[in-house]
Parts: sequence; structure tokens; C-alpha cells
Amino acid sequence: MRDHAPRRRPGGTVRLIAKPLVFAACLSPFLWLAWAVGYSPEALGANPVEYAIRYCGDWAMRFLWITLCVSPINELLQAPVVVRFRRMLGLFAFFYAALHLLLYTALDLSFDLGALWEDVVKRRYITVGMLAFVLLVPLAVTSTKGWIRRLGGPRWNRLHKLVYPAAVAVALHYFMMVKADIREPLVYAGILALLLGYRVVTRARRRLQRRRRQAEAAASRA
Amino acid sequence: MLIRFAKPSDVKPSEITPRSVYLDRRAFLRTAAVAGAGAMLPLIPGGAQAGEKLSDVAKTPYGQDETLTSMMSVTSYNNFYEFGPDKRDPSRHAGDFKPKPWSVKVDGLCAKPGEVAFDDLISPHKLEERIYRLRCVEAWSMVIPWVGIPLGDVIKRFEPLGDAKFVAFETVMRPDEMIGQQRPLLNWPYVEGLRMDEAMNPLTILGIGMYGEVMPNQNGAPVRLVVPWKYGFKSIKSIVRISFVADQPRATWNEQAPHEYGFYSNVNPDRDHPRWSQRRERRIGELLKRDTLPFNGYAEEVAQLYAGMDLINKDF
Repeated sequence: MRDHAPRRRPGGTVRLIAKPLVFAACLSPFLWLAWAVGYSPEALGANPVEYAIRYCGDWAMRFLWITLCVSPINELLQAPVVVRFRRMLGLFAFFYAALHLLLYTALDLSFDLGALWEDVVKRRYITVGMLAFVLLVPLAVTSTKGWIRRLGGPRWNRLHKLVYPAAVAVALHYFMMVKADIREPLVYAGILALLLGYRVVTRARRRLQRRRRQAEAAASRA
Repeated sequence: MLIRFAKPSDVKPSEITPRSVYLDRRAFLRTAAVAGAGAMLPLIPGGAQAGEKLSDVAKTPYGQDETLTSMMSVTSYNNFYEFGPDKRDPSRHAGDFKPKPWSVKVDGLCAKPGEVAFDDLISPHKLEERIYRLRCVEAWSMVIPWVGIPLGDVIKRFEPLGDAKFVAFETVMRPDEMIGQQRPLLNWPYVEGLRMDEAMNPLTILGIGMYGEVMPNQNGAPVRLVVPWKYGFKSIKSIVRISFVADQPRATWNEQAPHEYGFYSNVNPDRDHPRWSQRRERRIGELLKRDTLPFNGYAEEVAQLYAGMDLINKDF
């Protein structure tokens, strides 16, 4: 199909207009935070550091969940155009996760890497959160076209399945850090369960169809 | 000659923000409206309204070298789950709470139990200002100028019996006025307890105000406990019952997660919360964390209460 595309590719609108718009939208939470820090710190409440750290964590989680919505939307709504935004969305999830970790290390730990290591080893919710981040690093690194080519499609795909354990770790990290009100962590975990459940179901159905087709083929041969 | 060296933990004078700057316009209007209404009532604590000045408060030496946290922060960043679990919930939802009329039931092992009206509980005592550090178990802290009375003086009036080893406290149960109590966030009503010698320690006060004003609802109006060497959750708010008991009483957070919140819960940098370090704390208003002091810096006054106890593994 691609080969027969006209000179002015239909994807041009996506590339030239939609992508910059989505990029700006994804960056806006960060821009708001930066603006608030500089011009309106009272918007961040009495403990602006805690606010900023949690804010970045929240947005990392939201972007990860949005990234995981891409495949279901593509398949359920027959809207393959969304796939073209997946890399950007995933990289924004990583961007906010990195900011979350950076602010924690800088402002809560004053860059004391020994204390960070102690946290990772001793505190389970930080162990789990760090695990999520570590799982996301290779995905961010290999998000370029060059890496897709180097790894080859199937291997790259397999590697990027790491997003699922990463997302589970993120949900767990959030759940474990809350003291008593678990409603919000449960909502996020519930959404993730739907997103992962969808994949389990569609994959099982696809496998079933394949097996049925094979059985039919065998029967017709017999 | 006295030469005073600034401790690294001291706040520079340049960092002090005048209180007035922190009070935003809306808070000022609210205060003005409430004070205006309050002016029509007699100027005794029981008739006082939040925002109203408390008169005749004796200054004390406590915390004179500390920099106060802004009142704006102290009244907008609260853990008071009765009004919701978010720090901003209490300031948003405490407006409908009615701290008066109020009475406290005193019962248990004492010679003079009874239902005591707020005024009768407080007015026999001289109000004092106590500037205390408040260290939350969540590793943040504030400096608050409380107004209150020594709990020990109050306790003596009820003549506890010899076998009263502990004092138990209970928060009011009013789901209609306290939105957080409408769901089982915690096992309502909130309860806390102190050992008798902790309750009698001169540092322990019943707080009825702060910043020279009547206690705001979100900070535990009309009467709360203030125990500055323990994590904040021990300082139970909006007290309606004080009981003298022989055995260690229940405590809400302790029941919620016994391995995370001990009955004693003394501020202790050497005893980590299972999920985070207690070695450092963020003083509200500061960017980086500072070191947490044993007993929140009140070791001289209270460390002897725990001589010989294992405060890390057993009696944390």
C-alpha cells in the first residue's frame, strides 16, 4: 500500500500538525509545573517538593496507561493512526518517570546515592518503583528506528513486552506507598487490569482461531 | 558574654516570611467575617470562634529560637482523616464543623469523673503559648505556636486512682460534619493513648488555639492533644473523651498497621518507618531535608521516661 501512496503522503497531516499538537499537550503538565515553581509556588501547597515529586509520578503513570491504550484503540476502533503516537506517548511516560526519580533523588535525598541505594534495598515500594523505572530504560533507549532495525521486528517486539511488568510494578508502587485511602491506587490498578485483560483475551481468542483454522485445514486434507 | 552560634538547622532570618504575606485575601475575609460575628459573643474560650484572638496568654520560653511555620501552611496542610485523607481536605471540609457547644466526658479510674463543659475544663487554668516542633510520621515537620494548658494540671483535678496507668483519648464522631467519617478510612472514632507519666509530663498540653487565636477546625478544634516528642498522629484532635485506664489503650493507627505505627511512636531517627527513613525530615517551607532529632529535640525533657526500654524493636 505504502508504495502506491501519492506524493503528498496522507500521513503529512499527522506528522506536521497532529504530532506537534500532541507533543505540546504531553508537555503541558511539565510546563505548568515549571510555571508554578517559578511564578506561583502557593499553587503547589505547603509542601511543594512533595507535590512536585508526586505530580511527576502521577503523570508518568498516566502516560504509561495512555500508551497502553494505543493497541486496544487501534484494534477496537479501527483507528491505526493512533499507533503513530505510541512512541511519543511512551517516551513522555519515561520523561515524567525520570523527572519523578530525579526530583526524589535531588530534593528528598540531596543526591545522596548511598541513601537511594538503601531505599531501594530496604523499602519495598521503592524497590518496586525502581524496578519499574529500570524496566522502562531499555524501552526508551531502543525506541528509535535504528534500534528497531538493529534488533529486528520480532525481537524488538519481544523486548517491548517489558512494558507490561513495568506497568504492574508502577501500579504496585503507588498502591504500596498509600497509607489508608486506597481508592485512587485501586482505580489506576483497575484500569490497568482492563488494559492487560483485553490483551489476554484477544491473544487467547487469536490462538483459538488459529487452532480452529489449522484443525479445519487438517480436516479438509483428510 | 553569650555567643550564640547558628546551628546548621537554624532558619536564616531572611527566610522568615511575615505571616500576613501568607494569609491570602480569601482567608483574610473569612477571618474578618468570623471575627466580626465572634465580636458579638462573650470573650471567653467557649464563646470564641476560629480566627478570634485569645486574650491573656502567658508567654513561655519554649521554642523562642525557632522560626514559626506560616499559619497558611499550618492551616492548609493537615492530616485529619475525619475530614478526608488528602492534606488539603481538612481545610476544605472543616468549615461546617461545630466546635461549640462542646463537652468532654472524663471517666474511668478517677475520683471525680463527669461530663465537663469546655469552659469548665479550660478556664480554671492559665493559657500558655508553647512554640513546639511538630514532626509528622511522614517525615515532614512544622513549628507551631500552640495555645493551651498543661494536661497534667487538668488530669490532677479529676484525681486519677493509683491503678490508672494510662490515659485514653477519643475524637468526636460526627459523620454529618466530618465527611471522612462517612466511609471506613480508619476505624472510627479515632482513639489514642498515653502512659500516665507521659500525660503528666510538663511538655504535654491540651491545645485550644494557635498563633494567638482560637484553634481552627482543621487543626482539631476545640481541644486537642499536643505531645511534641511523638509523631503527630499521637496528638489526637477534637477530643470528647478522656479515660483513665489500667491497661495500654487502643490507638487507631497502631491498630491500622501495628508494625508501622507503634503505641509509643516517639520521634526516633534510628527507627525507620518500614516504608521510609525517619533519619531526615522536611521542615515545611524549606527545600531540602534536615536531620531529625531523637524525641524531636526534646530528649532532655523526656528521654528518662523510656530508660531501659527497647525503642527500636519493641516499644517503638
